[in-house]
Amino acid sequence: MKSLDELKKIREQAKERMAVRGQEGQEYRVVVGMATCGIAAGARPVLNTFVQEVAKEHLPVTVMQTGCIGMCALEPIVEVFDKDNQKTTYVLIDEKKAKDIVLRHLMHGEVIDEYTVGHYSK
Amino acid sequence: MQEIAMTILDIIQNSLRAQAMQIQLWIKDSIKDNMIHIEICDNGCGMSLETLQQVTNPFFTTRTTRSIGLGIPLFKESVEATGGSFQIDSRLQKGTKIIGEYVKNHIDTPPMGNLVDTMITCIQFDAKVNYCFHYQNDDWAFDMNTEDVKALLDDVPINQPEIILWLKDYIKEGMHQ
Ligand SMILES: Nc1ncnc2c1ncn2[C@@H]1O[C@H](COP(=O)(O)OP(=O)(O)OP(=O)(O)O)[C@@H](O)[C@H]1O
Ligand code: FES
Ligand SMILES: [Mg+2]
Repeated sequence: MKSLDELKKIREQAKERMAVRGQEGQEYRVVVGMATCGIAAGARPVLNTFVQEVAKEHLPVTVMQTGCIGMCALEPIVEVFDKDNQKTTYVLIDEKKAKDIVLRHLMHGEVIDEYTVGHYSK
Repeated sequence: MQEIAMTILDIIQNSLRAQAMQIQLWIKDSIKDNMIHIEICDNGCGMSLETLQQVTNPFFTTRTTRSIGLGIPLFKESVEATGGSFQIDSRLQKGTKIIGEYVKNHIDTPPMGNLVDTMITCIQFDAKVNYCFHYQNDDWAFDMNTEDVKALLDDVPINQPEIILWLKDYIKEGMHQ
């Protein structure tokens, strides 16, 4: 059984990563809509996929939750803000698409056009 | 909602948006008593009597982005569809308590779903909020207080991704998964 004492080890690792993230600055902010409609559409596993991948890949990314984004039919919705606060809105996201966003957008700076809201409203 | 755990997350999102700093989640899942008891208690801004009377009506919300609020009416309906009971109590500046009790063997009772993910999603929201989680079934129980975790973390926020990942495994073990 894991004991809470093990946390002290993880804590030191987390401190180092925080220091690195602090130096390099936050590259992106990822915001997941968690209103009732978002949760019902599957926002929880999407959020947790981002948290998990950011931890695994040590990415300079902050993951946040928000309420309603205003487009229930397109939930789960994920907004990615870059350093200059430029927003990309991704819609109808699932775990697989979340992983694609991590790899292509958060790690390689590429906006995935076919997942964006612009693509769906065309 | 497909899972009770998702409903719980949704109700706790209300508490978080009401600026709660202390949230208690108490679950009893019992075959013996044929019930699933869910209790969520927060010390957020609370509701006036007037709001409280309207809140189980799906055409009421105080948010501005959409004209209907669904979270509480959905929980109430889902519980009552199983022959269970729903209760909500709230005081301005004090907080809110919501209790839903499903009849466990009713055909319309949703599966419990992924409580582990619900708990870590709650913790991830804001490092300043504290949670008391309690889960019990007929065979075992799991308790976690985030203040105990924070005491071991020094200055590292509890919602750092590395910490969340570790807590997920810790809670999984505690929940016998
Ligand atoms: N724990 C709470 N503390 C204070 N106010 C609350 C709490 N829970 C709900 N409320 C009030 O009741 C309203 C209705 O809640 P409900 O969850 O039904 O809908 P919503 O949160 O507005 O929207 P949705 O859940 O559909 O995303 C909220 O807008 C809020 O004003
Ligand atoms: S409530 Fe659905 S996106 Fe706002
Ligand atoms: Mg709600």
